[in-house]
Amino acid sequence: MTEPLLDPRLQRDLDRIWSPEPGWRGVLTNVNHTDIGKRFMIAAVVYFSVAGLLAMLIRAQLASPRSAFVGPEIYGQIFTMHGTLMMFMFAIPMFEGLALYLLPKMLGSRDMAFPRIGAYGWWCYVFGGAMLLGSMLVGKAPDGGWFMYTPLSSRTYTPGINADIWLLGATFVEISAICAAVEIAVTVLKLRAPGMSLVRMPLFAWYMLATSLMMVFGFPPLILGSVLLEVERAFGWPFFDPTRGGDSLLWQHLFWLFGHPEVYIIFLPAAGVVSTILPVMARTRIVGYGWIVASIFALAILSFGLWVHHMFTVGIPHMALAFFSVASTLVAVPTAVQLFAWIATLWQGRPELKLPMLYLLGMFSVFVMGGLTGVMLAIVPFNWQAHDTAFVTAHLHYVLIGGFVFPILAGIVHWLPHVTGRARIPRLGEAAFWLIFLGFHATFLLMHLVGLMGMRRRIDTYDAAAGWTAINLLSSVGAFVMAFGFALFLADCVLQRVVNRRSGQSPWGGTTLEWATAVPPRSYNFASLPAVSSRDPLMDEPRMAVRLARGGGYLAATRYGWRETLGVDTTTGRILQIVVLPGSSALPILLAGATGSFFLFMLAGLYGLTPLSLVLVVAISWRWAWTTGSTSEHGELPAGLGSSVPPHFETQDTPGWWASIFTLSANGTFLASLIFGFAFLWVVAPGWPPPACLGPIGTETAIAILASTAGSASLAVARRMVQRGSLGNAIRLGAAAAAGMGVALVAVAAIAFGGTLPIVTDHAYAAVAAALLAYVAMHLALAALMLAYGTARIGTGYVSPRRSHELAIIGQWTHYATATTLLILVILFLAQSCR
Amino acid sequence: MAVLLVLAGCGGDVSTLDPAGPSATSIAMMWSVMLIGATFITIVVLSLLALGFRRSVVPRRIPESLWLGYGAIGIVSVALIALLIYGFLVGGGQRPIGGPATTIRATAQQWHWHFSYEARAPTGAVLVMPVGHPVTVEVTATDVIHGFWIPRLGGKVDAIPGHVNRLRLQADRPGRFVGLCAEFCGTGHRDHSFTAIALSPADWRAFMDGASLEALGHD
Ligand code: HEM
Ligand SMILES: [Cu+2]
Ligand SMILES: [Cu+2]
Repeated sequence: MTEPLLDPRLQRDLDRIWSPEPGWRGVLTNVNHTDIGKRFMIAAVVYFSVAGLLAMLIRAQLASPRSAFVGPEIYGQIFTMHGTLMMFMFAIPMFEGLALYLLPKMLGSRDMAFPRIGAYGWWCYVFGGAMLLGSMLVGKAPDGGWFMYTPLSSRTYTPGINADIWLLGATFVEISAICAAVEIAVTVLKLRAPGMSLVRMPLFAWYMLATSLMMVFGFPPLILGSVLLEVERAFGWPFFDPTRGGDSLLWQHLFWLFGHPEVYIIFLPAAGVVSTILPVMARTRIVGYGWIVASIFALAILSFGLWVHHMFTVGIPHMALAFFSVASTLVAVPTAVQLFAWIATLWQGRPELKLPMLYLLGMFSVFVMGGLTGVMLAIVPFNWQAHDTAFVTAHLHYVLIGGFVFPILAGIVHWLPHVTGRARIPRLGEAAFWLIFLGFHATFLLMHLVGLMGMRRRIDTYDAAAGWTAINLLSSVGAFVMAFGFALFLADCVLQRVVNRRSGQSPWGGTTLEWATAVPPRSYNFASLPAVSSRDPLMDEPRMAVRLARGGGYLAATRYGWRETLGVDTTTGRILQIVVLPGSSALPILLAGATGSFFLFMLAGLYGLTPLSLVLVVAISWRWAWTTGSTSEHGELPAGLGSSVPPHFETQDTPGWWASIFTLSANGTFLASLIFGFAFLWVVAPGWPPPACLGPIGTETAIAILASTAGSASLAVARRMVQRGSLGNAIRLGAAAAAGMGVALVAVAAIAFGGTLPIVTDHAYAAVAAALLAYVAMHLALAALMLAYGTARIGTGYVSPRRSHELAIIGQWTHYATATTLLILVILFLAQSCR
Repeated sequence: MAVLLVLAGCGGDVSTLDPAGPSATSIAMMWSVMLIGATFITIVVLSLLALGFRRSVVPRRIPESLWLGYGAIGIVSVALIALLIYGFLVGGGQRPIGGPATTIRATAQQWHWHFSYEARAPTGAVLVMPVGHPVTVEVTATDVIHGFWIPRLGGKVDAIPGHVNRLRLQADRPGRFVGLCAEFCGTGHRDHSFTAIALSPADWRAFMDGASLEALGHD
């Protein structure tokens, strides 16, 4: 079978509109999700190789007792970078890339909801990764372990820039991850094929929706922790220093509040791959769709309730231990639901031992054992023995390699023909599988045992007398076998790309919409958009690709040079709007550069220059937002197949509105973590009560609350004026709202600088209070800026009674600023009596 | 059988599988139980999987609720509850409360240990304890986080600056045991270890009365 027949004129128009710019400019300004997705995956594979090489160094060092290959200083850098790169630079970007590449195609859309945000995330990832890699090249890589416990990572015990690199680099990459999360969630909720109600969504989309929501709530605690620790290191504000009212346990809580969900954030997308591929390999439909969806969300929620199982040895009260032990074992239930649904699917279908299936079987055997050792570790007394030993190292690799790497390898084998349009080379892949699979068990199976025999993790060498020599040698040999397998896998992929024959439209008989694009896909995915009426659209209509390519679906015409796709109602999948997407743009790389300059200035200690970065960020963001929307009214536009809907900027339920909700949720989680930190230190940390409390702040508090409330109120009235069409009044009210926020900002600044705040470097109390004030101040400033932007938009004709969705978003942020002003100032007001 | 053979070779100064106190013994026991259980479950799951490829022997249509409701949720929950109860029983016996116990203070620092007693002069980097009698170790640190762990006697607890954590331990026989720092604490982590000496009742009384370790023949 060859390329389906096309509508040549439609194809030419779409190509012109959707193609990236040619040459180097295109590399820098491309925002297309297929290309950005591929870039993410390729870069992730590069990082996997680097981290894998580091793993080989670890295994070389541990292969024999008293090895003199590297000393403890270098060893610390090696295992820290191995863990950090694998978790932050490989696992997360890998599934982000996969989601960016696949989701729009599976959902029947032409791109992600925010192509430029995707590109921004990509450049942040590139710059953050460059920082980490650069540090390794100059021998100043982070060396405190991938969870960076304080006080070891504080200025006193890690005086060099190693820890700063970790904190800043990781934060940078997390910003990229949150961007991707928001983008993914909104795409799944809004940009689906007409008719694809929630219950008809492919399971992969459910998994990615849950994953992205988890990222929205899971990453902020770590970002907060990193920011606080960096501020402690740079400016001496104590948050974690036990001699000044801080507590290293706060760091652990913040880290694992992120770190445990993180494990499921990594696992869920991979499980999504399994749930997608397995039925195809078994030539049947998945068993237990509803059960699986329920178990995904059960896992997502439960995973936020068990971070303490990483802290069973820190001296937690017995009742709390029991609670977290129960919660930790409980996650085995939804995990088991998925495993059993997969086995049931195999029983129901006619499974074949094709290569993706081999990797899925590898997943089963490895992941089940990882899950079982996980349950063991959730049992408190056993945990006390096994914690911080090689047992844990073995467990975590069984989970991560079984639960992530094997499914991802299955996914690569499954979808590579889609990416390249080429068939794979027989047998090479099978050989790679067996090397990886056998090498893996050889490396890690007996590592459990050597851990129980007392081998701690993170030690650079051991004595022959310990009796661990044989097992360690086996581990090292196994690791090299596995590495050889990975190399072969990679060679297979590259060879397939360059030498092999074309693969045809659907090599595996997949039933989801990504196989209805051309293979390899075009920049716009579908020449016309599909409608669906079941979960397996290609089972209903195997030749759908041809019909869509001939223009037999929605949006089979172009207009105004717009990049168009359809926006639907979140639950029912009814068409709501034509979403007009931005084209190629240099703004993402510029914004990432501006963000990056902030981190570089911090790293270099050039703190005085950081405001410059902030100004740049604000200016570029302003420009970014300005390029959306329209100054003229379009009304209902024909969307094909007899339907007509308005462009998204003339509707209310827009992707931007949802994105703003999710961003605010992440933001709120950040604030909640900070308030949690305040309460935690107050109750638990040594060295309280503080030597001095906040002075009287009643007047300023009252002014700030009144002014911000007035600001919010006038914005609300301004929006009503817009609805009535009296734009002149709206502008005046908008300006008044901005002024209200400005007045509140001045009042907050008066608290911070008016002498009521005790010296921030003396005690955590003052440091956290100052951090809270900084938070309010930032949000008041942001709200004022957004209000200024809003009035400018009204003034230049971008806003009309129909085109007012931007004001809804500005409203969210303004009210959020007001609400946080109230909340934080009340907290500080109450905290005045601290002794 | 293979498992037993392997386990037989699991001795060593720091092996949790060669316990010398009640706490470590019950945990080693627990490990054996869990290992057997986990092996069994792994075999069951992999067999179910293999059966999927033998289409002649398995029924095609099994109701979802049987697989997922009774199988995944039912059986798994029962197994977990049993394990949890077992865990609580073992863990409850190790809480540092109740009963007469000698208190020893352990202070960790980059990179040495310091042990002191309620009624006696400190012993530097050697922890001295009685045989057959529980001790409560109060663990803390002065710089970064370390971990207090005597693998053959029992579990570990973190040594955290600004906090004091308690751990209940008991040695069943006199002798020397290796103690290790379990939490990564910088470049000296690997060698951040100490010795614990368990004394017979008579020696312990003499020690508490001020006799030095050398005088008791332990140097
Ligand atoms: C390619 C095969 C791999 C090998 C041979 C390997 C080997 C190791 C070893 C021996 C350690 C223990 C170092 C020590 O404690 O002294 C380790 C730590 C670690 N590995 Fe791997 N690993 C591999 C792949 C992965 C993957 C795929 C991931 C995650 C997706 C991963 C994540 C980690 C983490 C988080 C740590 C802990 C680092 C720390 O203690 O700070 N590894 N690895
Ligand atoms: Cu230590
Ligand atoms: Cu240590």
